[in-house]
Amino acid sequence: MNALLDEIQNFWLVFADNSDAYVRGFGNTLRLFAVAVIGSVALGALLAMLRVSPVPVFRAMGTLYVTVVRNTPLTLVFVFFVFAYPYLELNSFQPFTAAVIALSLYTAAFVCEVFRSGINTVPVGQAEASRALGLTFTQTLGEVILPQAVRSVFPPLVSVLIALLKNTTIAAGFSVAEAGALRSMLSERGYDVFYGLVWVLVIFVLLVIPLTLLQRSLEKRWSVAR
Amino acid sequence: MTSVLYDLPGPKARARNRLLGVLGILLLAGGIGFVGYRFWATGQFDADRWEWILYVNVQVGLGNALLNTLTAFGLGAALALTFGAVFAAARLSDHGVFRGPAMIVVEFFRAAPLVVLIFIFYYGLGMSQLWALVLGLTLYNGAVLAEVFRAGVLSLPKGQSEAAYAIGMRKTQVMNVVLLPQALRAMMPAIISQLVVLLKDTALGFLITYEELLDYARLIGGLGQFNRPQIPTALVVAAIYIILCLLLTWLARILDNRQRRTKKVAVKPSDEKKALVGSPGAGTPGEPGRNIDVGD
Repeated sequence: MNALLDEIQNFWLVFADNSDAYVRGFGNTLRLFAVAVIGSVALGALLAMLRVSPVPVFRAMGTLYVTVVRNTPLTLVFVFFVFAYPYLELNSFQPFTAAVIALSLYTAAFVCEVFRSGINTVPVGQAEASRALGLTFTQTLGEVILPQAVRSVFPPLVSVLIALLKNTTIAAGFSVAEAGALRSMLSERGYDVFYGLVWVLVIFVLLVIPLTLLQRSLEKRWSVAR
Repeated sequence: MTSVLYDLPGPKARARNRLLGVLGILLLAGGIGFVGYRFWATGQFDADRWEWILYVNVQVGLGNALLNTLTAFGLGAALALTFGAVFAAARLSDHGVFRGPAMIVVEFFRAAPLVVLIFIFYYGLGMSQLWALVLGLTLYNGAVLAEVFRAGVLSLPKGQSEAAYAIGMRKTQVMNVVLLPQALRAMMPAIISQLVVLLKDTALGFLITYEELLDYARLIGGLGQFNRPQIPTALVVAAIYIILCLLLTWLARILDNRQRRTKKVAVKPSDEKKALVGSPGAGTPGEPGRNIDVGD
């Protein structure tokens, strides 16, 4: 019994003694996440515009990007920006910036697909009907199509962003000091790495759960009755 | 392709689109040209940076690395599918004893970052690189697949299981004989895209120095003997990954088409022509059979 209590105490101490590192690590995780969300949503929207544009060349460019990036491992994108990019002798950047770029470029392909399928879920009849009623292009887009598209876009967009949040841990393998990098610090300080990583896992699950709940409630509240 | 966003272009819009198209090509060519120039200026196209690919030892090493990647993928895929099937069955069970814990396990591993799982198995529990990677891939992808299986079974009309119960089938029979065959057909695209994710995620083995493709590329890329071909090796490995993933997607499309065909066994010869009009649209699942009613 005492042995068990000792283990529980050990488990707690790993967190309590290193709380500074945990706060710093997860602070960096959230910073990385926030910047990459902005980057990937902006780029994803741009790509989606290309993919639904009336110009065939733009559509082909969007499709090519999405096909290539979706079939490339994120780790490889990281390897490229951290190890291979410096050989191009362009202006160099910090590991954090490299991580933001890799995550944004990768996630944008998925965001693009979400946006595109969201636009495509709106039946053509809706646009035709609003055109027939005499609404202008701006009105059709702003009052008929986009409101419906946004509703069906949000739940899958949140799952893409959840994946992005979890993917930030890959940055730990490329010398960005964030939650995933706690391992090396803990083993340096001589704490139990297993317990330390279980704490990382638990905190990540706690971060993801509110997003999952948000996604579920959006799905219920915003599902378009068709 | 019809989009809700724009009308069929008239003469003016066609001219504008053409102009935009030309500008787009110029922009793209400029971008590619710049990257190509940087490659050229920093000597990425130099023969000595590509020489490594001619060495038999390197080719064998690359083959072994590919084999390691595929080993992790094969083991991970088999275990994840099993894990998914077991936990989907548990979540669909009539007994709360199975449902509750299964839900917690599935939700937990869906929310867990794969890298952290792999680190726990490798650094925390001291497993071998291969098994740490495989186990991580299994738990994460298995949890996602469990949800896919569950959603697939739940998406079937209720009448299917009611009818099966009415003719006296037992629970296991209803699931195996009536529900699963139908659900599997609907779930195939989702399962395959999850397997593509699994294949890509084997590259995470790089982080725990599992000797897979990416790890090998990094090794060769760092060799001074070949003038440190980081960029060439990254490009080659990227091409291999993309080809592997596209092969998997292609396989999925073949399976999908075959299943579509068996569905049409009862179609009369006169109807076949009409049905064929609809089948090229296999790539647009959003509009099933939209063209089928085209008169001939």
